[in-house]
Order: sequence, then structure tokens, then C-alpha cells
Amino acid sequence: MRRSPTLIIARLTLKEAVRRKLVVGALLLGLVFLLVYGLGMLFIDQEMVRTGEAMNPLVRNQMLNFLLLSGLYAVNFLFAAITVLASVDTIAGEIASGTIHALAAKPVRRWEILIGKWLGLVIMLTLYLALMTGGVTCLTRLATGYQPRHVLRGVSLIWLNGFVLLSMTLLGGTRFSTLANGVLVFAGFGVAFVGGWIEQIGSLAGSAAAVKVGIVSSLLVPTEALWRRAAYEMRSVMVDAVGVSPFTSATSVPSQLMIVYAVVYGGVTLALAVWRFQRQDL
Amino acid sequence: MRVPHPIEVRRLRKTFNGKAAVDNLTLTVERGEVFGFLGPNGAGKTTSVKMLLGLIVPTSGEGTLFGRPLGDPRGRARVGFLPEHFRFHDWLKATEFLQLHGDLYGMSDDLTHRRVPELLDLVGLTTNASQRLRTFSKGMLQRIGLAQALLNEPELVVLDEPTSGLDPVGRRLVRDIIHDLSEQGTTVFLNSHLLSEVEVTCHRVAFIDQGKVVRTRSLLSESGGPLAEAELSVEIRVRPRDGWEAMRGGQWEAAMEGLRKWARQLRVDGERVALTLSSEADVPEITRYLVENEVDVYELSPQRLSLEDLFIRLVGAEEEP
Repeated sequence: MRRSPTLIIARLTLKEAVRRKLVVGALLLGLVFLLVYGLGMLFIDQEMVRTGEAMNPLVRNQMLNFLLLSGLYAVNFLFAAITVLASVDTIAGEIASGTIHALAAKPVRRWEILIGKWLGLVIMLTLYLALMTGGVTCLTRLATGYQPRHVLRGVSLIWLNGFVLLSMTLLGGTRFSTLANGVLVFAGFGVAFVGGWIEQIGSLAGSAAAVKVGIVSSLLVPTEALWRRAAYEMRSVMVDAVGVSPFTSATSVPSQLMIVYAVVYGGVTLALAVWRFQRQDL
Repeated sequence: MRVPHPIEVRRLRKTFNGKAAVDNLTLTVERGEVFGFLGPNGAGKTTSVKMLLGLIVPTSGEGTLFGRPLGDPRGRARVGFLPEHFRFHDWLKATEFLQLHGDLYGMSDDLTHRRVPELLDLVGLTTNASQRLRTFSKGMLQRIGLAQALLNEPELVVLDEPTSGLDPVGRRLVRDIIHDLSEQGTTVFLNSHLLSEVEVTCHRVAFIDQGKVVRTRSLLSESGGPLAEAELSVEIRVRPRDGWEAMRGGQWEAAMEGLRKWARQLRVDGERVALTLSSEADVPEITRYLVENEVDVYELSPQRLSLEDLFIRLVGAEEEP
């Protein structure tokens, strides 16, 4: 029986990531990060317990939640960066080098090539995210016994962030060179990042205009909004009581609709990438 | 039912930013034929081949591979293709590379496992089977690329500048493989700017320049020589039978003018005459005519117009051959 071309390409993409040491690099970086994070968590918690700040369980809970979210925020960023780096060259690079010619001249359809690459990257990135978020939450639990609420919901939203970025990068790869594509996607990510903070601070300061700027930037690139929603899902009980945290002020939590928007955004972007690649001159 | 031709294209056109790279390309390649697609660099050869293989979408026009419209994978399933420059995933080992392309052709594992060693042997890379392509020289990449193009036992093999930048050994290998394919009845489409290569391997050739087919011609004929039907340049050295002194005024000139009956071009320079004939069959006629007109023939040397002469005449001398 004929193997599915999509699966052949997916396997090729995974193999390439392994052969070109992308996997080893990302894993090493991830492990160093986890080591630093785990040790930091352990020392900080020991210090809190020693100085008696932990006497108030609510305060300790809040501190630990803050530290955990800081760790996950770093994972979110690392994940976004690795998503873009892993996918930025996969279309544009093959077109520039000409390796795509022998591939696309085979009896396979263009969408099978693109979706195959997408699938390979999704498998790899999902495993990476599972390892990193699993590492951060497990280390926190081991070091302090703390476990936040709705971790899976939060992690799913971080994954969705990667999905959006992956689709954007693949679409860019059908149009721009590797370098230009990378610059553009990171710039988009940066716009969303700044927009997100403007929205939060604007909301605290009561500036409706600033909030609008934030919302528009989230519509342009919904990545930061997804993180804020993830942080909201994993917030501590104290944030509920006080209504403010460094990651999400209760007055500017991205809505459920924003999640739906991000799913559609990623899906449409991926469909556009397929559509463009389908008719692209190689 | 009519058996579809391996390649049939009509009025194929491709423009990049309004500029035509391929303009009004119409051609048919017959089964079992070795077809040369000849033209200077930048003439639109690679663009044409890419349109055949669905790598480039034509701006207008239509075409089929084995009766399937261009872009249909079922047509490509019967085609082997060696792209220009032989760029492949260089982090793969030679066998992995062939296995991958076998999978993409939809070949069974059994067939791939049988074909891979066969082809490595054919292109002389058996000892390099477990080496990564990164370590391969350009000549070796060309050979593994050829193996890749022959994996699925294709009915049509498309080679885009298969010998560009290669040493004579590599060129020889390509020539031998084309010859073997032709013996087996495989159709070959050869893109090249190397005239000598096309001249020795092809049955028929199309000249392309600035995106247009300038001319298509057969290189085969009954008399065997590759260019027997080409225009023929003939140089002759003649003298009046009774010497120049016996010639009446204008008689010699009149006799020479009479050659125009056969000659497309005629140049008379004393006793040396150069003329261009459209067929070899005219040569005996000319000698008979000259003898009848009291002209002795001392020398007659037909010079076949080589593909290169023809090419330069068609495309212009400033282009590289």
C-alpha cells in the first residue's frame, strides 16, 4: 500500500530536525533552563519558609504562583522562539536551495508537502512543550508542593500560541526569504507583546484609548493575548480576591472569544499558506 | 483509443513580472524518442521543464503528460526528473535519499529494496551507499540524482542540464544512460545548452530562444548520419575543360549562375565555389550539370552543417554555444 505523502514528509521533517541538531540544541537549552528554574524555586521557597513569610499560606501561595507563572512565561517565550526558528527555513530554505524541486516533481500534491511539514513540526513542538511545561510544574511541585489550577488549560493556550506562530511562519515562508520571514514573525510577536502590556497598563490607568491599541494589536497577532488568557486560567486564588497580578489584571483578561479568534486566525493562516504554496512557482 | 503522448503542450506561456520567459510553446514528444531541448542560457528551457513537472504554473496555455493535465500527480508518477544543479537534502545518506524518493513515488518497500542497490550499482556509487550526500562531489550528486530519476522505472525521463559543470567522465555516464534508456524504449527529454551532447544523443531537437521554439528538426535519417537531412554546404573547385583562354565572355558566369537551380546560397570566387544545398540528393545532379556544361570538377567536399552552425545561425552568433 502506498504510504501517505503527508506522513513521509512529516517523518522527513522530524528526521531533519534531529540530524541538523535542532532537537539536541533545543533540549540542552530546555534542560539548562529547567535546572536553573528548579534550583531557584527550591532556594526561594526555603528562604520564604525560613524567614516565616510562609506563615501566611495565602501569601506563600501567591508567591509560588507568581514564580511558577514566571517560569511558564519564560517557557512560553522559549516555545515561541523555537517554533519560529524551527519552521522559518522549512519552505523558503528549500525553495532557495532548490531541494524542493526533486520533492515537488514527485507524484505528490503541494498541500501534502506543506501539511506534512506542518505535522512534523507540530509533533516535535508539542513534545517539546510537554517536556518544558511538565518540567516546570513538576519541579515546582517537587520543590514546594505547589500546584496551580487549570494547568492543562493554560498549557493548551501556550500550545495555541505556537500553532498561531507556526502558521504565520509557514505562510511567510511561501512569500519571503528565510531571514525576512523570521524578522517579520518576530516583529509581529513583538507588536503583540508591547500591545498586550499597553492594554494591561492602560486598563489599570483607566485609559480606554490604550486598551483599544492593545486590542487591535491582539487582533493583528493574538499571541500575547493567548499568554494572558493562559496566565488568567492558572491564576492563584488571591488574584481572584485582589484582582491584580503582574501577568493579568482582571479588568483586561482576553475573553473566550479571543481564544476562538486565535484558533480561527491560526487555521485561516495555515489555509492561506497551503493556498499560496499550491500555486507558487518553485 | 489513441495512446497519449508522453508530452504534449500547446501555446504554453509563462510571464514573470510581465516579461515572457516562455512564449507560445507548442510541442509534442513521441513515445520512445530522445528529444533535445536546446537553447542558450536564459532561453526559457528550465521554465518550460518546470511547467511540465508542475513546479511552475503556466500563465496560459495547456499541456498533458501521458494524457494527464500538467500539475496532475498521476502524470508525474510515470516521470523521472533530474533537476538542474542537483541540489538534494544533503543530511541524508545515499540509501536514505533513494528510499525517501521511492516512498514519494509510491513504490512498495520490496520494489525500493530491489531498485536501490541496482541503481547505486548503475551509477557507480555502491561503495558510497551509507555516506551522507553532504560529503558528495558535484559529479557524485549528479549520479545519485540520476539514480533518483530512474527509481520508478519511468516511461519518461526529464533531464535539466544534466551535464552542466561536469567532467568528461560524468558527461559520458549521462550519455550512456540516455543511450540505454532509449534502447529500452524510454522517452527522454533532455534540456541542454551543449550542442555536442544533443547532437550525439537526440533523435529530434527543438531550438528555443527567448522563450520561443525557433525550429524543430529531426536528427535521424535513412542514410544514418545524424544530420543527413540538414542543409549541406558544399565546396567545389572547378575549371573550364578547355582552359580559361577558351572561355567566351560571360560563359563562365552563366554556367555558375546555373547552379542557383539547386543552391540556396552561392558564392563564386575564381575557381572556388561555395554553395548551400537543401538536400544531399542534389550533389550528383550538380556534378552532372557541371560536366554537361564543360566544367571539370577537381574537388567536391560536402560539409554537413553541424548543429552548432545551425544553432548560431538561428540564435545569433553572440550567444554562447
